[in-house]
Amino acid sequence: MEEGYAAEVMTTVPKLRSRERYDRLKARMGIDRMGHRVRPGLYALGIPERTSPVLVTANYSLSFNALRSSLPGRNAWILVLDTKGINVWCAAGKGTFGTDELVKAVQATDLASKVDGRTLTLPQLAAPGVSAHEVRKGCGFRVDYGPVRAEDLPTYLDTGECTEEMRTVRFNLKDRFVLAPVEMCNYRWWMLLMLLAALFVPYYGPLVLALTLGGIFLFPAMLPFIPGKDLSLKGMVLGALLVTPFALYQLLEWNGWYVITAVLAEYLLLIAWLGYLGLNFTGSTTFTSRTGVRREIFAYIPWMAGMASLGGILSAVTLVLYMGWL
Amino acid sequence: MDIGMLELQPPEKGRAMNTLVFRPGRCTNCGMCLKVCPHRVFAPGDGRVRLALADKCMECGACQRNCPSEAIAVDSGVGCAAAMIMAALRGKDEVVCGEDCCR
Repeated sequence: MEEGYAAEVMTTVPKLRSRERYDRLKARMGIDRMGHRVRPGLYALGIPERTSPVLVTANYSLSFNALRSSLPGRNAWILVLDTKGINVWCAAGKGTFGTDELVKAVQATDLASKVDGRTLTLPQLAAPGVSAHEVRKGCGFRVDYGPVRAEDLPTYLDTGECTEEMRTVRFNLKDRFVLAPVEMCNYRWWMLLMLLAALFVPYYGPLVLALTLGGIFLFPAMLPFIPGKDLSLKGMVLGALLVTPFALYQLLEWNGWYVITAVLAEYLLLIAWLGYLGLNFTGSTTFTSRTGVRREIFAYIPWMAGMASLGGILSAVTLVLYMGWL
Repeated sequence: MDIGMLELQPPEKGRAMNTLVFRPGRCTNCGMCLKVCPHRVFAPGDGRVRLALADKCMECGACQRNCPSEAIAVDSGVGCAAAMIMAALRGKDEVVCGEDCCR
């Protein structure tokens, strides 16, 4: 794909083709994470006039596609910034969806000669990177922040107003669950290691794999219902809950005293591991602050390290008891 | 806690969950913070906005960047443990989503 802003106006339609839906599926699976891009520049959606609204988005294909597919039957200009294939909110946090890039895009596409209006409608989540008053100084265009979600854009364009709901970031079940496949991809080397362990280490291998999958899928799904305020603590609670049936089974089977150390080791190791998965989920949520996460790291990592170490020692003791080396 | 070469600094004790500071005296009631905050931290008030849900602030920095009268200050950043741990391990200041992290 060509780099930089296209000099000419490109055209687009609201309807997504099967190729674009396949691209979205791949993005949701965490495949080729930096490769979901569209060419930055000015697009004509439908047949826009000089007075049609100018909507700004990132050049992550899911952002661009969410925007255009939410506007069936409408005519608008879409200005796509070069955010290096990163979505609006993350790019705004990094500053690539920022004041300078926006001013650059307006100038590179010669927007002022193509439209009569001097208003740019940005997604609300671009605001961490864009300073509205500085954009006005930089290129003469007024920045207007639209709703958080593209699906609310038609209402906003018709009424010119956002409800509180439209201005608030959510994190509902669908938002959370859609993260699980990407999480699995992020832990792909761990997953491979655990898959091997599951094949070759009887009982414990499958247990660790099952608990990790439980952490990746159940943690986001059950997030609001797991006790605890901090995500690390929620992960630990989920770990303890998930280990319990396995521990009870082992205790009831009772094959010797080593079962006690084995069960303790399982609790310690898996509580620490799911706590760590919970801690790492902070970046996927829509509400954690840097200060809060920093506090959480310092509050929980020592506990996790301690539990993992003790769990490791108890595993070794279990092995010694089981093998009858004493 | 000292973790050697790692850059990660613990937060100061006894402070809130975020670094948001609002100086009502400077507020001109333009309403930009009401628009950009994704967690409804600010609310309309009498002649100026008021801090309604300070604990909900996630330090995204949108309000600070869009406040024309510098009435809001926040040490903005991304609340992602993976990014912080990765940055600490690599000795970098901060990594964010994209080519440096979560690939």
